[in-house]
Amino acid sequence: MELSNREFWTVVHGLALGTLFLLAFTGGLAGLWSLRPGFLTTTGLKERMTRMYLGTWIMAVTAWLTVISGTWIVYPWYRAQLAPVGDDPFAGCAGAVVPTSTCSPRDFLLSGVSGNTQAWHRFGMEWKEHISWAAPMLATAAAFVVVYYGPRLIGRPWLRAATIVMFVAAFAAAAIGGAFGAFLNKVAPII
Amino acid sequence: MTTDTTRHIPPELAGLNPPPKKDGPAAAVILAAGVGIFVLGLFTLLNEASGAVHDFLEGFDPGRGVGPLAGKTILAVVAFALTWLVFGLIWRRKDVPIKSVFWVALALGTAGAVMMFPPVFEAFA
Repeated sequence: MELSNREFWTVVHGLALGTLFLLAFTGGLAGLWSLRPGFLTTTGLKERMTRMYLGTWIMAVTAWLTVISGTWIVYPWYRAQLAPVGDDPFAGCAGAVVPTSTCSPRDFLLSGVSGNTQAWHRFGMEWKEHISWAAPMLATAAAFVVVYYGPRLIGRPWLRAATIVMFVAAFAAAAIGGAFGAFLNKVAPII
Repeated sequence: MTTDTTRHIPPELAGLNPPPKKDGPAAAVILAAGVGIFVLGLFTLLNEASGAVHDFLEGFDPGRGVGPLAGKTILAVVAFALTWLVFGLIWRRKDVPIKSVFWVALALGTAGAVMMFPPVFEAFA
């Protein structure tokens, strides 16, 4: 069993960091949801807060690492223009059934040699590469609010709800990126 | 401007007796997230609308092949960090109307997300 350098980074970007992000989100959301009057004892509250601080900051850090690795390491491999020969922008993709050394995933999708695949790039990748960057900013804001106020959020139901909105919006942005990333890696894998 | 006036001390908090916190620092980071997302959306749209902006954004890429996405994301993160820093300092010891700040940030973030939606920004190509 071995992974190429590119496979290793796509696994780190999509699978390892993505899984950690998902775990941190579910833990953080459960903690935030139950941070209400009458749900916890003072002792339980102390124990819960430590986990929430960890969960929210792990989510924020993994979100940053995911978008940075995605944009600066994986994306250039996806985006490389390898196929143009002369006037034909997709000559290198002729007969390809998956991306090759002369046909990057972007070339492959836009060329349409394997069916009607252009929308995977024009809609899927274009949306994913931008909206994903909202996740770390929202997750950082939510993590800061949780750590700054700590258990005081119990007495601030509106602020707790606003924090949940940011937290869930961070997840939604990451989910769009993650879902399209998984589909794109099926349709046009980075090899 | 509205303020979050729904503050009360629940019994489980009375045992911890935490000192009150000013809303300024939290309002600063909430606003920063909205500004960061708005800047990313704005440059995503302007990248399609203007060749000059496209070239400007591509100039942030140090030859790695990221293209204009380099400029969009770097400028968005700078806007996020600067807004947090500046408003964090200005509002450090202030009780600002955090509800109003949240609504402003939500409006900015929503506008940014709309501008990042491909059918929207491609309409300006």
